[in-house]
Amino acid sequence: MGTNLFEKIWTANSVMERPDGATLLFVDRHIVHDATSQGFDKMEAEGHSLRRPDLTFGLADHYVATGNSTAQRKPSFDQMVSRLDAESRRWGFDSFGPGSRKQGIVHVAGPELGITLPGCVLVCGDSHTATHGAMGALAFGIGASEIAHVLATQTIWQRKPKQMRVTIDGTLGQSVTAKDLILALIGKIGAGGGTGHVIEYAGSAIRGLSMEGRLTVCNMTIEAGARTGMIAPDETTISYLEGRDYAPKGEAWDRAVAHWRTLVSDDDAVFDREVVMHSDEVAPMVTWGTSPMDVLPITGTVPDPSVAGSDDERKRISHALDYMGLTAGMQLTDIRIDRAFIGSCTNGRIEDLRAAAAVVKGRKAQVPAFVTSGSGQVKAQAEAEGLDRIFTEAGFEWTDPGCSMCVAMNGDLVPPGERCASSSNRNFEGRQGRGSRTHLVSPSMAAAAAVTGHLADVRKFTGSRS
Amino acid sequence: MKPFKSHRGIAAPLPKSNINTDLIVPARYLLRTRKDGFADALFSDLRYEVDGTPTSDFVLNQPPFDTATVLVAGDNFGCGSSREHAVWSLADYGFRVVIAPSFADIFHGNSLQNGLLVIPTPQATVDQICSTLTANPGTEIAVDLDAQTVVCGNLSYTFEIDPYRKECLLKGLSETADTLRSLSTIETFESQHGQSRPWLAAPHQS
Repeated sequence: MGTNLFEKIWTANSVMERPDGATLLFVDRHIVHDATSQGFDKMEAEGHSLRRPDLTFGLADHYVATGNSTAQRKPSFDQMVSRLDAESRRWGFDSFGPGSRKQGIVHVAGPELGITLPGCVLVCGDSHTATHGAMGALAFGIGASEIAHVLATQTIWQRKPKQMRVTIDGTLGQSVTAKDLILALIGKIGAGGGTGHVIEYAGSAIRGLSMEGRLTVCNMTIEAGARTGMIAPDETTISYLEGRDYAPKGEAWDRAVAHWRTLVSDDDAVFDREVVMHSDEVAPMVTWGTSPMDVLPITGTVPDPSVAGSDDERKRISHALDYMGLTAGMQLTDIRIDRAFIGSCTNGRIEDLRAAAAVVKGRKAQVPAFVTSGSGQVKAQAEAEGLDRIFTEAGFEWTDPGCSMCVAMNGDLVPPGERCASSSNRNFEGRQGRGSRTHLVSPSMAAAAAVTGHLADVRKFTGSRS
Repeated sequence: MKPFKSHRGIAAPLPKSNINTDLIVPARYLLRTRKDGFADALFSDLRYEVDGTPTSDFVLNQPPFDTATVLVAGDNFGCGSSREHAVWSLADYGFRVVIAPSFADIFHGNSLQNGLLVIPTPQATVDQICSTLTANPGTEIAVDLDAQTVVCGNLSYTFEIDPYRKECLLKGLSETADTLRSLSTIETFESQHGQSRPWLAAPHQS
C-alpha cells in the first residue's frame, strides 16, 4: 500500500512518539505576527527562550494601518505592531513591518518570500495557516500555548489526523474562480465536514489552478473544519518559487527540486475519505448567511427556513436571515450592499486584483469600496500594472497591505447593520465589526457588487469565453 | 496550568451549532494581555447591547445560569480562528467544562492547554442534558476526570480523553517543560533532518 502526500511529510518530520499515540513533529518554519505576543509572554513566563531564531519569521499583518476611510485607530494597535519588531530584535529573527516591501499578510507574504517550501512543516498562530499547504507543505494554525511550545522547542505535539482527498475535475466556467470552488465544497460538506482531517486536493481543476488560486483553495479549507489543505507540488509550484527571497539557490535548489518531485501521493495511496466534485457544478458563488457553508450560486434565491431538513437547521437559518436582514425567496442579485472589500489572505494576491480591476475598469463604485493588497510586493506589482489607477478612478480606496477589514482588528471595519460584499473568508456574526453583515464572494464578484450597488452576477460584466 | 481533578456546578444550555471563536470573543478584545482577564469579553456581542446594558434573552444573563460553570453547546463548538482568547474568556468567566457533540480541532487543543475540560458527547445525550437543564434550571453537572464520568440528574455517562492530556490536566503540568526533557532526542533528529534537507535547515544561506 502506498503512502499519501501528508503521510510522507508527517513521517519525515516525526521526532518521537508518546505512549498515548501523539507525535512530536519538527517545525521547519514558524511564522509569528503582530497578534502573537501572548505566545512570547508564555514562553518567558515559563522561563524559556527562543530556540531557533533562524527558522522563525515575523510578519506584521493583523494590526497594521491600511486604509483611511473607516479607520478607528488606537495607539494600542501600533503597540502590537512595534511589539513584534521588539521581539524580532531581541531574539534575532527576520521580521517585516509596515513600510517594508516584504511586509504583508503571513499567508500571502510567506509563500511569496519563499519562506514556505514544499515538504516543510510550517505553523503559525492563525487558523488560515492552512493556506501554505497549497505549496505541498504541511501547515496548520496553532494557539498561544502551542506558539510558546514551538518558540521554546521548535517542535509541536500532534495526533495524526485522518486524511481526506477531494478530487475536482473539469475546467472552470466563465468567471468561476478558486474561491467559488472552495465555497462550493464547504457548502457541500459543511462547516464541520472536514473536522479531524487534512484534505489533499487533486484533479484536473486543481492542477489547472495558478499558485494564487491554489492558495485560495487551501486557505478556506479551515472553514470546512479541516486541520489543513494540501496540494502536491508540481511545475506550477516550482516555477512560482524559483528566485524567491528565501528559496534555495544554486545546487541547493536543484537538490530541493529533485526532492519536491517525490512529494506526491502514490497511485495506490489510501485515504480515510474521498469526496469527488466536478467543476461544471460550480457557478460564481455568494454566501447568504452567517457560516461559510451558507452558500449558493449567484443565480439562486435566499433559502426558506421552512423547508429545512431539521428543527435545528430551521432555527439556525431563521436566525441567520434575521441577523442578515434578508427575506426568504428574494433573488440574491436583488440584495443591495453598503460597501465592498477586496483583499485578505484568501484573495489579496495579484491575480485577484487583476480580476477585480477587469470588472471595475471604466465603471464607478456605487458604494464605499476598499482594495487592500495582501503584501507590499502585491501592491508594488499592481501599481506597476496600473491597477491602482483603475481602482482609484472608479472611486475605490487603494490601501496599504494587511488583514484590514477581513478581521476588523486594525480599526477598518464595517459599521453596524451595514452589508458588505467581501472577498474575505468568514461571514460570522460580528466578524467585520459588531453588527456587520458579510457576503463572501470572489474578488471579481465583489467588484461587480461595488459597481452596481447590489450583489451581481459577474458573468454579465465579462466577455463569454470561447 | 490550574489542575483539573473534578468539578460540580450549575450548567447552562446553549444548544446552537457552529458557535465560532469570533462570537466567543470578538476581535476587538484581542489587544489585551493574559493578565488583563477576559471575563467580560465572553460572548460580549450576545451578552450586551451596544450601549453596554445586558441583553435579556441571552442564557448567561438569566439566573441561575449566570453562575454556570459548565456550558452545554451544539456541534463544531469553537470553529473559526485559532485565538486562544476564546478559551481564556470561557475560563476567566468561570467555566471549567464545555460539553458538546464535537469541537473544532484548534479550540480543542487550546482548551486542554488551559485547564478547560472539553467533553465530546453524543448529540442525543447533549439533547437530553439540555432538556433537563431547561426543565430544571439550576441543575448541576458533576464531572470526575480521573474516572472520566459525567453525571447530570439521573443521566450518567463516561467520556474519552487523550491519556497524556488527562495527566497534564490532573497534575497541572506544562507540556513545554516536559518536551524539553527530550531535548537531546530533538537535537539528534534536527541534525539528521538538516543533513538530508539542507534547504530547509538554513533558509538564510541560500
